[in-house]
Amino acid sequence: MTKIALQNIRHSYLGSPQTDGDFAIKHINTVFEDGGAYALLGPSGCGKTTLLGIVSGLISPTSGRILFDGEDITRVDTIHRHIAQVFQFPVIYDTMTVFDNLAFPLRNRKVPESDIKARVLDVAKMLDLEEGIHRRAASLTVDGKQKISLGRGLVREDVNVMMFDEPLTVIDQNMKWELRSKLKELHQNVRTTMIYVTHDQTEALTFADEVLVMYEGRVVQSGTPVELFEKPRHTFVGYFIGSPGMNIFPCQISGETVEFSGLPIECDNQIQGIRSLQDSQAITEIGIRPEYVRFSNQGIPVRICRVDDLGRHQLVHVEHEHHAIKLICPEDAPIPEGSACVRFEKSRTFLYADKWLAGEGSQS
Amino acid sequence: MINKTIRQSAWLFVVPVVLLVAFNALIPLMTVVNYAFQETFGDNVFFWEGLTWFEQVLNSDRFHDAFLRQIMFTSIILLIEVPLGIAIALSMPRKGPWVSVCLVLMALPLLIPWNVVGAMWNIFALPDIGLLGYSLNSMGIDYNFTQQPISAWATMILMDVWHWTSLVVLLAYAGLTAIPEAYYQAARIDGASKWAVFKWIQLPKMKRVLTIAILLRFMDSFMIYTELIVLTGGGPGNSTTLLSIDLVKLALGQFDLGPAAAMSLIYFFIVLLICWVFYTLMMKNEKQ
Amino acid sequence: MRNSNRSVSIPLHQRLVPAVYILFLMLPIYWLLSMSFKTTNEILGGFSFFPQDFTLENYMEIFTDPTWYRGYLNSITYVVINTVISVTVALPAAYAFSRYRFLGDKHLFFWLLTNRMAPPAVFALPFFQLYAAIDLYDTHIAVALAHCLFNIPLAVWILEGFMSGVPKQLDEMAYIDGYSFPQFFVRIFMPAIASGIGVAAFFCFMYSWVEMLLSKTLTSVAAKSIAATMTRTASTAGYELGLLAAAGALTIIPGAIVIYFVRNYIARGFSLGRV
Repeated sequence: MTKIALQNIRHSYLGSPQTDGDFAIKHINTVFEDGGAYALLGPSGCGKTTLLGIVSGLISPTSGRILFDGEDITRVDTIHRHIAQVFQFPVIYDTMTVFDNLAFPLRNRKVPESDIKARVLDVAKMLDLEEGIHRRAASLTVDGKQKISLGRGLVREDVNVMMFDEPLTVIDQNMKWELRSKLKELHQNVRTTMIYVTHDQTEALTFADEVLVMYEGRVVQSGTPVELFEKPRHTFVGYFIGSPGMNIFPCQISGETVEFSGLPIECDNQIQGIRSLQDSQAITEIGIRPEYVRFSNQGIPVRICRVDDLGRHQLVHVEHEHHAIKLICPEDAPIPEGSACVRFEKSRTFLYADKWLAGEGSQS
Repeated sequence: MINKTIRQSAWLFVVPVVLLVAFNALIPLMTVVNYAFQETFGDNVFFWEGLTWFEQVLNSDRFHDAFLRQIMFTSIILLIEVPLGIAIALSMPRKGPWVSVCLVLMALPLLIPWNVVGAMWNIFALPDIGLLGYSLNSMGIDYNFTQQPISAWATMILMDVWHWTSLVVLLAYAGLTAIPEAYYQAARIDGASKWAVFKWIQLPKMKRVLTIAILLRFMDSFMIYTELIVLTGGGPGNSTTLLSIDLVKLALGQFDLGPAAAMSLIYFFIVLLICWVFYTLMMKNEKQ
Repeated sequence: MRNSNRSVSIPLHQRLVPAVYILFLMLPIYWLLSMSFKTTNEILGGFSFFPQDFTLENYMEIFTDPTWYRGYLNSITYVVINTVISVTVALPAAYAFSRYRFLGDKHLFFWLLTNRMAPPAVFALPFFQLYAAIDLYDTHIAVALAHCLFNIPLAVWILEGFMSGVPKQLDEMAYIDGYSFPQFFVRIFMPAIASGIGVAAFFCFMYSWVEMLLSKTLTSVAAKSIAATMTRTASTAGYELGLLAAAGALTIIPGAIVIYFVRNYIARGFSLGRV
């Protein structure tokens, strides 16, 4: 069991990177505690697969260190890191049986055949693969194959961390649910550190205890799903998590107040925020989740554009001087027609400077 | 695999191909069959001979010898070219500027006319003035492919390896480059040795293209004619007279059209039979 | 991808394998070139690794003597005709095999392939009689048609492989968008399998260019192929090795040009769409 620490990791695929833009991983410092379930969430090209490769040792970082339980393993080869990985599409050895597939990592490590048998049958049982265990692995369905790739990690007892690289991409919708709950259940049973890479927020939020949101080669925020939702540290987190994402508007600072097209807005982080912004040329924005925008008698005058009925609630699109604002209202709430006023809940309204939550400083 | 719709009118698409191939295949084949079962003294007068020619060919030592030589030649070149081709493909870099250069240079022998291949190797192997022959002899190896059957065989096999190994390399390489990187990564994580990677990933993934390579090499080596006639002319003696050369000697050299036609049919039938057996075995293997 | 390459990295001593192999391939070609720049006297005089008495005389003779250079032109003519015919008729047939089931389709496909297995030596004489009978003997078209025997099956087979890799949805989408079949085939489908067409054309060119038994049998004067021309050096004009070498060296050029054009397809295309 292992605690994994990434220290000042930078990585570029170019031979001699010049600017920040040449780096796929710009600067990452993070710790994966032993036995945790983590998700790396971000859009394609944000560097999450690269980061996974760095942990597994398939990629060696341009600079920075990786520690497993305090021991520097940056230059240690994959096989000695004792990791397991499940790839986007199932990687199985077509010509072997299911049993031989599961036994393969153990046989390569010269485990006695009697131990192998017990271990493989154990894992096959865990994954519901017992039936047809002596059939050719190639004859299985995609989800069965993906279970085999998962099983090859589970059979080994020395695994420090199990990693998943968008493992459900090619799985049918209804099987996705089953595999996802299977994973969660496995994590509770085996208590191995798991890192799950995905661009799907539902997968990340349901699987992980802690989600690391990645954007343009950085971890912009890490925290529990609730933290990410309630207090995004970066406008990207606000936009990427939640459905629909956060409302984000440009704003001006005049003296001690924050103004949105001339109207004063109260923000949760206003005081530290404005202090940290003094004398800076930062671009300022405010962010508020649609869940915390309310209709009221006074406030920001808006024109109602459209109402979408989403079942348990309604999504209302309104407009204030060409700024589109979204609100989420309960399903039975009356929606005013034509024009109305909206109000932002103060404790849920945040001031951002250059995309980062003002007053907290950027992580890097 | 695509689900195919049943549509008889698709025949229309196939008609031009069928006509062209049938024209070239069926009419000459009928001619061969005509000669094979009948005796002619010219003027389109034929006498029914039945299976006489077939019996004659099948019982002749000459055919047996040519057939044995053919089997030996084909087996040797398959045993050399297939493993060698795979080994070279495995040693090639996967990407980079050198890949194209290597592939182009390797493909070069495939596009040299077969008589030129024969002539080139003849000049190359000449014992007194050829680079190969001269070098071997000056190293103290007694080598003369126009006189010694062993030398002739060695030259013939070396020529075929030179000529055709690249086909195996190109096909195997195409198979290798199609293997997704994740397979290699998974194998490293599973702690697989190089040999295990080859046995469980690379070889299974190359199976289809290797089947094609082996089939093509089998067929073409069984039909080899032009290169050999230019290189050795079937000699010294009859030592390198393989089936095609024997057939042409019989048909055009001696003008024994009946036995030649019978032999043609037997020859064609053998190629078909071996290909069919080979193909069926491979397909069965794949289905399991 | 500097580092992710490591899993297929190849140790230095193994990298020498292709280099040694290419050296082996180049030796006979070098020798052919070297011979082509030597005079007959030098060749017969004894062994020399480099031409001592460098001469272009052999090449001059080929370029000035019409019987020589016409051999090349004749060969190229029938090869091009054959490639065009083979690919053109193979395209619709391969489409039918890859998309539809029809009466006898499997047997027909196998029968086509068996023709690829027919030894040319078997057919040489009957071909001579056939093309003489229909008055096509000694024409380019005769050789081009004869080579169809093994090139059409090959082209159909290669193209079928590539076409099966194209999802059927492409066809259906095109019909929904209102394309007629010929429009769809030419404007949408053919570009989608362009690399397949390139590879099929390459193989047709290759087998037609290198085949010498049928082309020699079917021509005598007017469409005489380079193979037939080259046999002349051995017989009538005495044993002129230098001239033979020069003629041989020149036959490598068309092939080299064709390879150069398909160099980017070689790595993948040679799998014939069947990986």
